[in-house]
Amino acid sequence: MRENLHRFFRAARGVGVHVSPAESIDAMRAVSQVGFSDRAVLRDALLLTLAKSQDEKLALGDCFDLFFSQPEPRQEQPESADQDASQDPDQAPSSGAASDAGGGPQQQELGPLAQMLLSQDRNAIAAAIASAAGAASLSDIRYSTQRGIFSSRILDAMGLQRLRDELDELTASNPALAERLRGALDALREAVRDTVSQGLALYAREEAENLRNDILRNAPLARIERRQVAEMRALIRQIARRLRERYSKPRKRQRRGHLDVRRTLRRNAAWGGVPFLTAWKRKHRDRPKIVALCDVSGSVAQVSDFFLLLIHSLHEVVDDVHSFAFSSHLIEVSEILEAKSPEEAMAEIMSKVGFGSSDYGSSLVDFEKEFMSTLTPQTTVIVLGDARSNNLDPRADILRRISERSKRLVWLNPEGRLAWGFGDSEMPRYATFCSVVRQCATAQQLERAVSDIVATYQ
Amino acid sequence: MADQKASTSIEAVESGLAAQGYIASRQIATAVYLSQQIEKPILVEGPAGVGKTELAKAIAAWRGKKMIRLQCYEGLDEAKALYEWKYAKQLLYTQILKDKLGEVLGGAQTLHAALDQLHDFGDVFFSKEFVEPRPLLQALEQPGGCVLLIDEIDKSDAEFESLLLEILSDFQVTIPELGTVSAITPPTVILTSNSERDLGDALKRRCLHLHIGFPEQRLEERIVESRVPGISQTLRRQMVGFIHEIRSLDLKKLPSVSETIDWARVLVLLQASELDTDIVKDTLNVLLKYEADIEAATPQVTTFIAKAARSNVFG
Repeated sequence: MRENLHRFFRAARGVGVHVSPAESIDAMRAVSQVGFSDRAVLRDALLLTLAKSQDEKLALGDCFDLFFSQPEPRQEQPESADQDASQDPDQAPSSGAASDAGGGPQQQELGPLAQMLLSQDRNAIAAAIASAAGAASLSDIRYSTQRGIFSSRILDAMGLQRLRDELDELTASNPALAERLRGALDALREAVRDTVSQGLALYAREEAENLRNDILRNAPLARIERRQVAEMRALIRQIARRLRERYSKPRKRQRRGHLDVRRTLRRNAAWGGVPFLTAWKRKHRDRPKIVALCDVSGSVAQVSDFFLLLIHSLHEVVDDVHSFAFSSHLIEVSEILEAKSPEEAMAEIMSKVGFGSSDYGSSLVDFEKEFMSTLTPQTTVIVLGDARSNNLDPRADILRRISERSKRLVWLNPEGRLAWGFGDSEMPRYATFCSVVRQCATAQQLERAVSDIVATYQ
Repeated sequence: MADQKASTSIEAVESGLAAQGYIASRQIATAVYLSQQIEKPILVEGPAGVGKTELAKAIAAWRGKKMIRLQCYEGLDEAKALYEWKYAKQLLYTQILKDKLGEVLGGAQTLHAALDQLHDFGDVFFSKEFVEPRPLLQALEQPGGCVLLIDEIDKSDAEFESLLLEILSDFQVTIPELGTVSAITPPTVILTSNSERDLGDALKRRCLHLHIGFPEQRLEERIVESRVPGISQTLRRQMVGFIHEIRSLDLKKLPSVSETIDWARVLVLLQASELDTDIVKDTLNVLLKYEADIEAATPQVTTFIAKAARSNVFG
């Protein structure tokens, strides 16, 4: 049973519940207290010791139900005997199957698997599948492509080879029985396939998710497929949560600085300078103020979408964000983003300014005319765009004035460094006035860029 | 055998708490039982007013132990939670012992010798006599054990959490001047949190995590029954049914168990025999704490009463 618990911990990790060795020891201790007889109590005990939040409890509860809906390997025999029974087809599995098989004399010569199938003893079959799955170490399954190989491994462990030979013989001697057996074998295959699928759902979640996230993190945002957009949004939210956790906590602790000697002495003048009351210097910290200018013309729109989502999910860290979107002209979009769901907001922004050919010059003119006052010496200005202005006047002079009025000017360019300056790219001219220019094509680069920006305020 | 014992013990916990007027769900009882068996603190999370603090009180009353409560707030530090030196007493004693000090040092010929003697002397002032124990230290020093309630841990700073780690895992604290103080009898520790901020993993790892949500209808009826004995059965069913309907609304603050009990008391005081629209509208402010919530709920009152009455017939 301990084996089973270990497999359960693995399945639990698969659904995203963090199970450390210490926690698994606690869970073991708890289980040894409550025992296995009452499933509801066992469930409560595992939920209490392993899950650390309400979400985890829900996930783990589902996992528990799925896990224990599997037929358990037989308990009467120790684990090793179990495996022997299934691996060695000559040894009869356990009591029931052989005796109540009944029927013709040929059946007595059949192997245990055939007898079990003919007897239609579902419990015995289920138990045999489960112990064969243990022998084939089904819990190592990682990818959906491995389903075939695990199915055949399990069937082999159950003694498929011998069954096949017998089938060949029977086809000649007793066609009716062979037909029955064949039907039962098909049913068995199906049952094994279901077991493997369930195993995949239980054990492969973790690996598959990690792999998918990894691919997703490094996929170019601009060319992401439609079906992946939702996943990417989830990933961006995850990134936002991580950034929030990293940057919202330590602020309080670092507020108090060194002893302010001058103020302490002055305050304690009445006691002849004996410092009864202390005065401390307070470090002044700005909350990040961000003004984001996002190109939403064709090629960059998708990246801007994810960037805006990320910036606007950083409420706890970033004090205020003003977002502007532009292609041929520029509008403020902060309110749209605050009020609506990401999908709706982006659709509305696109209908207002999207899909035009980009004109950086006139967009910058729009910004200077209307929104220059949003810039303060504490503001970080982030421009996200490919700087391809269709050979129109780039108005780099406005960018210089923006740079002078703000704390930092960061340019994020979805294009690779190689493409900067070629064709109608004005990147080199703009780069002169930027504090930082960096490539930002994937979720990972996006995370690093935003993380660096927020970190300068810490 | 162990299984049998466990389930009867869990039932014993349930009935023990029930005797103190705390109707626990089986999950809560399991948590209490396990925390006793594997000596781990319980971290209780859940919305305000579902009886997180009550649980600690009930356990203390049931076991006949003293309850020590530490209310957390922003800025709580070890001087208020763990121990503090009795500065005034130290000062006073040095004043009184001034003459003695002269005697002790009188024999010393050189400055060096005087300093050596003073060293032996100095330790006296940082001994147990001068320690003012605060709740955490008090809890460790109870000879018969106690129930330590660390209330609303999410309101304290992240640093304070780290201070708790040693107590939670080993039931001991280290005071630099005195050394390590271990618990005489490990206390039962209950931590409560309203999830205002995420607690650290290190803290969560050391605890059993218990989430108390709003109770099911039957359970809530039993809670009302035990807390407000004067209420009739029909009214109890109706009002609990009504509250469950209210909880399905999108409200700023959903009414929790403490509000249910308050409302039951109010209804008994007003000598209502069953729910009707007028009495509900008049007393809705007991259940809902925001003007906007009351406005949102008022138009639904009649339908909800009807629904609650109907569910009664089937229930």
